[in-house]
Amino acid sequence: MAELGHFALALAGALAIAQSILPLIGARLGEVRGAALMQTGPACAGVTFLCVGIAFGALMHAYATSDFSVANVAQNSHSLKPFLYKLTGTWGNHEGSLLLWVLMLAGCSAAVAAFGNNLPAVLRADVLAVLGMIATGFLLFTLLTSNPFERVFPVPEEGRDLNPLLQDPGLAFHPPFLYAGYVGFSVAFAFACAALIEGRVDATWGRWVRPWVLAAWLLLTLGIALGSWWAYYELGWGGYWFWDPVENSSFMPWLLGTALLHSAIVVEKREALKVWTILLAILSFSMSLLGTFLVRSGVLNSVHAFAADPRRGVFILGLLVVAIGGGLALFAWRAPALQPKGFFAPISREGALVLNNVLLASACAAVAIGTLYPIFADLLLGARITVGPTFFNATFLPMMAPLVLALPVGAMLSWKRADLAGALQRLWLAAAIAAAVLVVGLFVSGLNVLPVLGLAAAAWIFCGAVIEIGGRSRWSLSRLVRLPRAAIGMTVAHIGLAVSTAGISGMGFAAEQIALLRPGETMEVSGTIIRFEGVTRAQGPNYTAERAQLEVLNPDRTVRFAMQPEKRFFPSQRMTTTEAAIHTNIMRDLYAVLGDVVPEQNAAVIRVHVNPMAPWIWIGAVVMALGGVASLSDRRHRVGAPARRRAGPVPAPAE
Amino acid sequence: MTARRLLFAAPLIGLAGGAAAFYAYMASGRDPRGVPSVLVGRPPPPFDLDPLFDGQPRLTKAAFTPGRPAVLNFFASWCAPCRIEHPQLLRLAREGVNLLGIAYKDRPADARRFLAELGDPFRLIGQDSTGRTAIEFGVYGVPETYFIDGSGIVRWRFAGAVTPEILDDQLRPLLRRYAS
Repeated sequence: MAELGHFALALAGALAIAQSILPLIGARLGEVRGAALMQTGPACAGVTFLCVGIAFGALMHAYATSDFSVANVAQNSHSLKPFLYKLTGTWGNHEGSLLLWVLMLAGCSAAVAAFGNNLPAVLRADVLAVLGMIATGFLLFTLLTSNPFERVFPVPEEGRDLNPLLQDPGLAFHPPFLYAGYVGFSVAFAFACAALIEGRVDATWGRWVRPWVLAAWLLLTLGIALGSWWAYYELGWGGYWFWDPVENSSFMPWLLGTALLHSAIVVEKREALKVWTILLAILSFSMSLLGTFLVRSGVLNSVHAFAADPRRGVFILGLLVVAIGGGLALFAWRAPALQPKGFFAPISREGALVLNNVLLASACAAVAIGTLYPIFADLLLGARITVGPTFFNATFLPMMAPLVLALPVGAMLSWKRADLAGALQRLWLAAAIAAAVLVVGLFVSGLNVLPVLGLAAAAWIFCGAVIEIGGRSRWSLSRLVRLPRAAIGMTVAHIGLAVSTAGISGMGFAAEQIALLRPGETMEVSGTIIRFEGVTRAQGPNYTAERAQLEVLNPDRTVRFAMQPEKRFFPSQRMTTTEAAIHTNIMRDLYAVLGDVVPEQNAAVIRVHVNPMAPWIWIGAVVMALGGVASLSDRRHRVGAPARRRAGPVPAPAE
Repeated sequence: MTARRLLFAAPLIGLAGGAAAFYAYMASGRDPRGVPSVLVGRPPPPFDLDPLFDGQPRLTKAAFTPGRPAVLNFFASWCAPCRIEHPQLLRLAREGVNLLGIAYKDRPADARRFLAELGDPFRLIGQDSTGRTAIEFGVYGVPETYFIDGSGIVRWRFAGAVTPEILDDQLRPLLRRYAS
């Protein structure tokens, strides 16, 4: 099986090379003479996807059957591991995650081939060629430096097991979403390169590229949310975002991707911001590659870099330079020829979207500086520096504040030239509600300013979004459902942002309490009484656990519900993980962690957090992604895009 | 080349600079975790830190008792890898290793809570709330761990979480070699 996978992977490599060259030549020969060559693009893309799929299947099979003759399986799996984690272990290591990346990339190529029938043949050929080049790079990387199918002899009796922190449903599905998002931006990148090769960016280009950006963005949103949720319940100290370099490297493409999502609308509606949008498309994918590079090269020292290997770093760096450098060189060469079109009033929808882009890009720059500065400072100044959350809070929040403030207003403005006073007037109710939240919040919380400001901002965005869609549908449900899905998507995504903002702000009121308890003793955290009943031992499939029995009491001392935080010990990796017990009623999480157990006294350290509104952080992210789905289902994306105005001999799409 | 062209080439130039820096970084052989500290083979810089717990003596170089090797660990309650390495430190403490801690840029109350929850493996703990001592040591980031032999010379430093493998492959051999 493993050899079959290896062979399929090599075949995919050869096909990807063909896919990067043949359609490109065909496109240069022109619609008629190059038709046959251009037709090879979709064929290559389809078969490459099939081959990579076979390779991935072969590796997954090796994991499922615990075939320890494959070195990768022996190093990262264990026969006693639950079956689900055997499967997800396929991508819980360097080689496997790279193979997953390639699979996603081949999938994107195949999707462009399959759904791209309404694209002009030349554009599709160029896009597929660029995707083929990226796939070639990554396939070579896999085949030359990180072969997942290497055999090991003698065959070990037992595997070394997966890092127990990664044996978790949240993290098991975090990489596929994240990678799908990263890789999705490669399609935007390919479209940008193709547009530069052709020297033409117009409204239809904006319309073709937007669904890909939307899909990539929504998957990345879900991927980041899953990762942060995992950190929240698995790392066991109540935090959800640590500004860890690896988290940042997934957040940077998200910020730029969000900017791209908005600027592509301007291209589609107004044929403005073309150069900037092209640059954003290149940079969003660059950030995805940078993220991969930082994690995979071992340049960063982080909990996440579970398979860092500096020797591979040079190869990825080369790949990064060729891919991004190629894109940017094309940009430097061809973009100056793109002519701006249409006038641009600062007070207009497009003006507001420019502000959105400036702020998001600046926020991304701030995160990038905080993430990369320690590396460069070490190199240039010889100084060892850690950049902590203080830096990010001080630089990131000031960019987010005007963004949040301007969002409802911008969404209210019309294209071309808008009436700011009118927009503000229609938002008076939202402003009043936000102000009320601010005043009441400051009064109730005893001047806990920052979280209250966040809550007010959330109220402002939420009410603004409701008023906007309400005004558009003139408060009629039947008109609401007939609005364009893209408009509904925008409202839903903005509401999601409001919900997440509220959740993050709510966490600002979190309370925690720590106590050494003997059985029968109680502790109290912001009004909640918790009784400790003792610690029992439990046996899991591949771990042993100490499990604390906690009972949450009503004021009259009757039991409301029980909680069982655990500490798990994984003998195969000699590692302990905490399993927090979380009880949620959506409005707040009760979060209990078992600390040190003192067997002599039969006592244990128990830490309890009360996290108001914590689940909203992730609910909001899911709502944002749903907004993306709604927007993606807009019929303008499904119905063939109209033929280009200067279309010439391009035949109209068949639909 | 016009100014406009130059502007369009700016991202490319930026990439070239960034890539060169990354390459130089990797070619210099700096593995952030394995950077051999300039301190190795030398005595640590002088320091004088307030104790984390009232009533304990101040943490100074006097804590490196002659003839008794010590393990010095920079930690912080806000640092996730510190939680991962903590069980290893507890194990060393149970085995009687002379462990000294420095709470790096941490509020004392937070650091105390961190230790109350996870257990306190340290014989003495100093507060480095300004990060001053960490700079003198050349600390890359928390957690970071130093091994100081019985004659007060730094023999090893490790940036990053001390995993069970690091403990067994690197630190224990040192502890055995320099055991008095």
